[in-house]
Amino acid sequence: MLHDMKLEDIVGDQYKEVTLDLYGGFTRKIIYTEIETPYPDGKLIVSTTDKQGIITHVNQSFVYMSGFEEEELLGAPHSILRHPDMPPAAFADLWNTVNAGNKWQGFVKNLRKDGGYYWVKATVIPNVRDGEVVGYTSVRRKPSLTKVDECIKLYPTLF
Amino acid sequence: MSYQFTVSPDFTPAQLSGWYIFNTWLQNQTDNAIHLEMYNDFHSQRKAIEEDRVDLIYANPFDATMLVRDKGFRPLVKPAAMSDEVIIAVSATNLVEDVEYLEAGIKLAVTDAPDVQMMGMIMLESGDLDSSNVELITCDANILVAKQILREEAEVGIFLASAYDELSSMIKDELRILVRSQISVIHHSLMIGPNLLDQREKIHDILLNMSHDEKGQGVLESLGFQQWETVSEDEMEFMIDLMDTLMM
Ligand SMILES: Cc1cc2nc3c(=O)[nH]c(=O)nc-3n(C[C@H](O)[C@H](O)[C@H](O)COP(=O)(O)O)c2cc1C
Repeated sequence: MLHDMKLEDIVGDQYKEVTLDLYGGFTRKIIYTEIETPYPDGKLIVSTTDKQGIITHVNQSFVYMSGFEEEELLGAPHSILRHPDMPPAAFADLWNTVNAGNKWQGFVKNLRKDGGYYWVKATVIPNVRDGEVVGYTSVRRKPSLTKVDECIKLYPTLF
Repeated sequence: MSYQFTVSPDFTPAQLSGWYIFNTWLQNQTDNAIHLEMYNDFHSQRKAIEEDRVDLIYANPFDATMLVRDKGFRPLVKPAAMSDEVIIAVSATNLVEDVEYLEAGIKLAVTDAPDVQMMGMIMLESGDLDSSNVELITCDANILVAKQILREEAEVGIFLASAYDELSSMIKDELRILVRSQISVIHHSLMIGPNLLDQREKIHDILLNMSHDEKGQGVLESLGFQQWETVSEDEMEFMIDLMDTLMM
């Protein structure tokens, strides 16, 4: 379960509202703006999840870029970062790929607690111990502007 | 029984004697016969690990997965408050302000340390550069990476940040940093193998207490840091997951 976003957390007065249907049959009210936080040079954003996609570990850069406190992130579904501009097909592909035991790579627009967004190049892998998947790890790096521009054009066509 | 200790081959010339001093100190403290084997390159060190000849290793993060998953090694300690970071630098006269503006086809000088190469290439990706469109010049040491740039044989260099910081100011004045990584969670670690595991706690405590002892302090100084810090199983698992994600 995720809480609806609260207006008091939103930075900027130009915002939109939408309700997203998330995995597991629940919905979340999203409030989002057009304010981009640029990806910081030299950093990697790292998180791990359990088999259900519930966040189990985040690094400092994750906390900083998401705008949440670490305590708010741990135990939350990873869709806490789900931005309405991301086509569901991208995440279906992500889950199909990692469930087949493979590495997934893609460009993702993520939602911040303050309603803003940031682009990343994400890599997700299944963590296998003794032949069994015990969770997933994702590492994000700074995306190239060329690739982000391609995604800005492509993603709206995938809905 | 004699044990073998080895050190990730990316040690700097200054640290070489430090590791010998450390090994002597460790033998005295633990009452073990420990032979220090300094391999010249990662390839020969990996072969020794493969053949189960290594019992204690100051390991490159790149080798942590293999050591833990395949060879039953466990983490002990790492230099306190230190992590492996990289620097992407160009000549001070180069007008490029950001990785974004580097052109495909550039010549890139880099040391043979696998973690440095990997992290450096990641930092260059935001400029649409990857191994398919750069020309890699592999060097034996960070100083040689700098020289490649100064001689204009390479446009860009990837350095281990701590080694870059130790370059002479004369050399650094002729270079300019484009990116300094702040990854924080990738680091070398001292790791202990199956034959020594029964002494894990004892050795761990001896290492942690090293900085409280005058002689121990001197040994640490010769290695270039102040004290050891515990690496927990959790922390090691997180680093391995991260490295796996980047390497897979
Ligand atoms: C390790 C891992 C990292 C993930 N990172 C993100 C992320 O950064 N942003 C995101 O929107 N979804 C991420 N996801 C996918 C989410 O779990 C989720 O599938 C997605 O947000 C879409 O929501 P939904 O599946 O509820 O429709 C990640 C999943 C895994 C396993």
